[in-house]
Amino acid sequence: MSETITFTQAYNRALDEAMAADSSVIMLGEDIGDKEGGGVFKVTGGLSTKYGDARVRTTPISEQAIIGAAIGASLAGMKPVAEIMLMNFVTVAMDMIVNHAAKLRFMSGGQTSVPITIRTRTGAGIGAGGQHSDMLEAWFCHTAGIKVVVPSTPADAIGLLRACIEDPDPCLFIEDALTRTLKGPAPEANYTLPLGKAHVEQEGSDVTFISYGRPMQDIRQLAPKLAEDGISVEIIDLRTVSPLDTETVVNSVKKTGRAVIAHEAVRSFGVGAEVAARIQEHAFAELKAPVLRVASRDVAVPFSRVLEQEFLYKASEIEAAIRQTMEGSATR
Amino acid sequence: MTPSDTFTPSALLEVYKIALKITVVDESLRKLIMSGAIHPVFHPPTGQEIVAAAMGAVLEPTDYVCTIYRGLHDQVAKGMPVKLIVAEYFMKATGACKGKGGAMHLTHPASGLMVTTGVVGSSMPIANGLAWASQIKGDGRVSVACFGDGASNIGAFHESMNLAAVWKLPTIFLCQNNRYAECTTYEDATSSKTVAERACAYGPNMVGVTVDGNDAQEMWTAMRNAVDRARAGDGPTLLEANTFRFSGHYFGDPSPYIPKAEMEAEKAKDSIGRLRQQVLDSGIATEEELQAVKAEFVAEFEAAVEFAKGSPDPDPGEVYKDIYGVA
Repeated sequence: MSETITFTQAYNRALDEAMAADSSVIMLGEDIGDKEGGGVFKVTGGLSTKYGDARVRTTPISEQAIIGAAIGASLAGMKPVAEIMLMNFVTVAMDMIVNHAAKLRFMSGGQTSVPITIRTRTGAGIGAGGQHSDMLEAWFCHTAGIKVVVPSTPADAIGLLRACIEDPDPCLFIEDALTRTLKGPAPEANYTLPLGKAHVEQEGSDVTFISYGRPMQDIRQLAPKLAEDGISVEIIDLRTVSPLDTETVVNSVKKTGRAVIAHEAVRSFGVGAEVAARIQEHAFAELKAPVLRVASRDVAVPFSRVLEQEFLYKASEIEAAIRQTMEGSATR
Repeated sequence: MTPSDTFTPSALLEVYKIALKITVVDESLRKLIMSGAIHPVFHPPTGQEIVAAAMGAVLEPTDYVCTIYRGLHDQVAKGMPVKLIVAEYFMKATGACKGKGGAMHLTHPASGLMVTTGVVGSSMPIANGLAWASQIKGDGRVSVACFGDGASNIGAFHESMNLAAVWKLPTIFLCQNNRYAECTTYEDATSSKTVAERACAYGPNMVGVTVDGNDAQEMWTAMRNAVDRARAGDGPTLLEANTFRFSGHYFGDPSPYIPKAEMEAEKAKDSIGRLRQQVLDSGIATEEELQAVKAEFVAEFEAAVEFAKGSPDPDPGEVYKDIYGVA
């Protein structure tokens, strides 16, 4: 594991390995071919040259048609990977994703399945404004039948993206815009991880920290400092946000008695609320302090750097929440 | 024209048989609903039988169809087993979708009926994907998207038509123009004189054709041409089949918005009666033979009702199944 790669390289490698391993893996999306530069975010660079334009197809700017084509091809036995350039553009294809991809297995009584992967990118902090930055994962977690996956390391990105492509159900794979050039150790070839399984990244005894995606970078910086102050944090990376690995979360909180949940998405009606609810449903008796949430503000993502930073959750808020839960205070 | 490209008496008979089967299933289901035996949300295809029958007569069993909530005629025409349709209407565990889809969402991939969508226009983007898979595999299958004139005004229509043309997909966009988008007339909702003329917006890869969908020969020939074109890799067709809806938008809708004179004029055309006479005139079948065919369809439906009545309701535990597959 001496080699290091960026998130962008990791996504590319996972796609490359998946296409090499299985001829039914096909890709479609806006600008994804090498003729168009290999994707606006360069994730698909080299793949159309290597696997041909028939398997790596650049599409018109037509999100509904893109997801519909992915669904139809999957009904015919293919494993399509659709790129929706930015998560806010997923809204254009909501009918295809929510009414069709997520539900066809159930509504057909199990006769059909939709093994598609939708890759999309998002995240605030780059001055892209309110229609290019939203974390909308909670909307999809609220829909049965689709899996929602967010990696927090390049190695996880490879393992989880491969798992999404091989999964028999639709998966929404969310890539963070801000950390795309961040590096991490590269795993061995054809590395995969299980979906629906949270990862206990660091064991601890005082407080459970539960997150996914970008705030995982923050806790990795904070944990040693907290340890110096005698606070032992158990770190759980959900990896698959939905279906949620309740068991891993609950077992940890039963041990520590305290929980802090962090996500980049806005606070209200979010994943944090669901995780907190499950903790109190299953581990109320063991709780030593109220479960706390750290999240971004309940407004549209603003453009100005000053405003955008005000909007975003902060690492200092994660630290404060962890310290607060150690004090057992109910106010926040 | 090769023999398969000409409308022979045997093709005429096949279209009639399928239309007759649709009529039997549709009429019988309506009677069951009227009697209170079943309670589906139902959008009758009454009046549009010949459009679907010609489609079914031309398509191979391996070809794909994606249709919409007004889809009973398309499902029967594609060869879906009647007992699976009826049992689903009865909300039984033995229905095509185990009672989890219903009349608006019947699916039977074994018959090539890949999706029935409850959302206007959503058959089109998915039909393209099936066509794309066929194009990649080179398996020669074509994919039909059924939809109504109302769906020609939803965004999915434009996105799908453009993608199909750019990728030269073997998709057939079968617009069943029954002149009413739910309760709104064609003229009040649609800017172009015909739906098919919109094909020219998608360049030379897309062909637009308007036919009398209730004329068996015209409809069959147009469908044959569209399928041959798609199978040959020459691209998609927007086939507009003019037809009429002899009922309201949904079963029970008294449809006050359809002028009485218009309804009577359409019914007076007696398209299925005319088709029946054409069959008899061609000499391919006798009156007695046609009666025997109908008796067969009636018996099949009655057997399907018995099957459905004798079937169990879904186990409540079924609600927790088919959410995710096994990885």
